[in-house]
Amino acid sequence: MEIKQTSLINLHKSNGAKLVEFAGYSMPIQYSDGILNEHKFTRSNCGIFDVSHMGQLFIYGEENLTNDLEKIFPVDLQNLEIDQSKYSFLMNENGGIYDDLIITKIKKGYLIILNAACKENDFKIIKEKLNDGYKLELKDNLSLIALQGPEAKDVLNKVVPNIKNLKFMHGGEFSFNDTSVYITRSGYTGEDGFEISISNEKAENFTKELLKNGSKLIGLGARDTLRLEAGLCLYGNDIDADTTPIEANLKWAISKKRIDGTYPGSKIIKKQIESGVKKLRVGIKPESKVIARANTKIFNEENKEIGKITSGTFGPSVDHPISMGYVDSKFASLNTKIFLEIRGKKVSGNICKLPFYKKNYVKEI
Amino acid sequence: MSEVKFSKEHEWIKLEGDIATIGITKHATEMLGDIVFVELPEKGSNVEKDGTAGVVESTKAASDVYTPVTGEILETNQTIVDDPSKINEDPESAAWFFKLKMKNISEMDTLMNKDEYDKFAKESGN
Repeated sequence: MEIKQTSLINLHKSNGAKLVEFAGYSMPIQYSDGILNEHKFTRSNCGIFDVSHMGQLFIYGEENLTNDLEKIFPVDLQNLEIDQSKYSFLMNENGGIYDDLIITKIKKGYLIILNAACKENDFKIIKEKLNDGYKLELKDNLSLIALQGPEAKDVLNKVVPNIKNLKFMHGGEFSFNDTSVYITRSGYTGEDGFEISISNEKAENFTKELLKNGSKLIGLGARDTLRLEAGLCLYGNDIDADTTPIEANLKWAISKKRIDGTYPGSKIIKKQIESGVKKLRVGIKPESKVIARANTKIFNEENKEIGKITSGTFGPSVDHPISMGYVDSKFASLNTKIFLEIRGKKVSGNICKLPFYKKNYVKEI
Repeated sequence: MSEVKFSKEHEWIKLEGDIATIGITKHATEMLGDIVFVELPEKGSNVEKDGTAGVVESTKAASDVYTPVTGEILETNQTIVDDPSKINEDPESAAWFFKLKMKNISEMDTLMNKDEYDKFAKESGN
């Protein structure tokens, strides 16, 4: 299959990107500054992330669309305001996660941002579950650019005026060079930031404007260390079709009003909320500087295997290795001592609080 | 006069008498990216040609470090353990990994010289 490119491919190349294939796209893993510098720059200034490989699914319809989407997603859409966003899941009948996503109510329907590797399958599933009366469009004529970091609001405001009043997890239509762009205040780094949906034709010029105003391009490598420090899940690693949102410690994303609702997996979700789960996603820090990566086995003090790591790296801003994984819920409480099997040796570590790095989101203006 | 040779696993080796200093090449560090952790062999341990003799980890992945020759580990470089970023800064000099007493000096003949290695690194592209 042909590897796809985003509309920023030339900009990636001219900024010294190391390109890798990711979810069928040629994407920058890092630029010439390297992952550590890119990570730190995002935390201290602001970074630009090309996330155009992600799916932008628009569903248009009348009143009943909200009801029908509530039969698919465990989120309270009735009380969602126009231009408000929520984190949610597409689940199977067992409550396993097909994808995690952001759903935003827009004037004529909903916009759902999907993971790149899942988007085609998500589209099929959602289309099958909705009746023919709705128009579904997985847009490939739109790019998606994220701008993340403490300086994001000032930099973006120079390029797109009036974005500063946007509230966290809210969006709105704005104008760039006489084109309409849709911007939400959200992200995947633990920093304040924005995601900008813009036509492919304008994406490169828009990104150049951000660069001129002091931001830098950041690759997928730093995106991964940033999101892991922020305690955020990577689909395919930390959550998948065999884990439920409750096991993933994402119960907060199941709307209280929807616990008795009907959607795929709803019975299992309700049962797990009421009577608990066997395994739970936790944060883990090894005591030494060694990194516990995905698939590292976790043992308790009696040398019994109790789980495994799903993501692990070095956290540049916490200056220590960090991991997430699933453990038997009996061993999930904070500060529980555990052992990690790394290259044949058992290394001690502790269950610790998520996020590893404290969030800087702007809640209210 | 000291002799510097290179291995296909991207290690450099500098021989003085029968004492070899070993590290990883600049090309290797460019492939690995920012190095954030390093594990070195124990002093006094014996390592065998092409066997593992440590680990380097970047933010992206862990990679084994091999020894291009057989011998007994005499010394390891604690500076790079304390600050692994030094490996990216000066891989082919200050950031050496370990020194060993070679068992069989003829093993040097199995390794590449600088020109051969540069060509190998360019062609292998990895």
